Amino acid sequence: MRSDLTNDIIRLTGEHLSLVGISMALAILLGVPLGIVVARHPASRRWLLGLSSIVQTIPSLALFGFLIPIPFIGGIGTRTVIIALVLYALLPILRNTFVGILSVDPAVCDSAIAMGMTDGQLLRQVQLPLAARTIIAGIRVATVTTIGTATIAAAIGGGGLGVFIFRGVASVDTAQILAGAIPAAAIALLADGGLGWLERRLSPA
Amino acid sequence: MPLVEFRNVSYDIAGKRILSDFNLSVEAGETLVLLGRSGSGKSTALKLTNGMLFPTEGQVLVEGQSTREWDPIKLKRHIGYVIQDVGLFPHFNVARNIGLVPRLEGWIEADIERRVNHLLDKVGMPASEFRTRQPRELSGGQRQRVGVARALAADPPLLLFDEPFGALDPVTRLELQKQFLELHRDFKKTSIFVTHDVREAIRLGSRIALLVRGTVEIVSNPAEFQLAHGGEARAFLACL
Repeated sequence: MRSDLTNDIIRLTGEHLSLVGISMALAILLGVPLGIVVARHPASRRWLLGLSSIVQTIPSLALFGFLIPIPFIGGIGTRTVIIALVLYALLPILRNTFVGILSVDPAVCDSAIAMGMTDGQLLRQVQLPLAARTIIAGIRVATVTTIGTATIAAAIGGGGLGVFIFRGVASVDTAQILAGAIPAAAIALLADGGLGWLERRLSPA
Repeated sequence: MPLVEFRNVSYDIAGKRILSDFNLSVEAGETLVLLGRSGSGKSTALKLTNGMLFPTEGQVLVEGQSTREWDPIKLKRHIGYVIQDVGLFPHFNVARNIGLVPRLEGWIEADIERRVNHLLDKVGMPASEFRTRQPRELSGGQRQRVGVARALAADPPLLLFDEPFGALDPVTRLELQKQFLELHRDFKKTSIFVTHDVREAIRLGSRIALLVRGTVEIVSNPAEFQLAHGGEARAFLACL
């Protein structure tokens, strides 16, 4: 009995971590380059920022619901959950990447250009290192939110710690709810602490 | 052949004429000071020289070749540039800042190190003490010295100075002006130096070009300049 619960906690925590890990990896791979595009092409700003802001305003349960009937990307299960989580995590990462790049001292960028840096060198050697702290801050916010939002994945068969919470709510069983909520909160605190440490390590310019 | 030549250059931005029918030659070895009020087009002239901007009409020739025909990256690395806010990279230490262009140009590390140490000594900042400092640990004057060393690093034939000492206190400014003259004597570089300070123009320039609303009013050596009669020249000389 006791060990069944422990096993469930371990298994669902693992599922939860992999949902969050995969979603965050994809969100970073998409969000940082999109943030760079937005910083470099003001014309794209309205569209990309507008679009991702709209996604952010959709209640998460509703977003899962909307995705289910969409062919190829929708349906019940992990894939739909990951798509929704990526969409949610995108805005803070995209926005912080672009804000971080734009807030680099223009005198520094000008002198980099005047010294003959190519666009790529300017980005890699100057803008991204100086924006790193802000970008990590965006990733930190997105990660903590995603850990919480991922509990709703259970509603559409995505697994994770939400399974406990939904089961607990359905059977009015506080112990079950806590079995899901406590590990989720612990993961969120650890992620917040770890990324916060990384953010402080990247010395302010 | 002049090192830099502006031929009937006009430059417009957003329909506003910044430079009009601008003609000027810079000879190898001289320090040409561009003197003028804010908005007279001095900084624009510098940016047209290293290909940060291109003329709307006319052409700017560097070593006889139009800036439009130069490889833009090559042209910029061929010309040292010092700006007022210095623009040192806050995440690079002093040595990495100075060694930047040589590194972009693919020099070997030992040569970069030797060059950086030499230049730090030349600008009066002992390498042993300052190499590993961060820009934020330096005073305004020291940052400006590092900026000058950085501009000299890849041994460019031409240096551009955009009001480099404008934000410094008068004592530090005088020290840096003296150092500028020493460096000019030691390295024999051609310089174009932008300022709105007539004393600085007279102290540093081998020739002074007075800019008024985007055109060159007079070009003369400092001694002649002090006898000039034009309205704008008198206005500047009244500041002495």
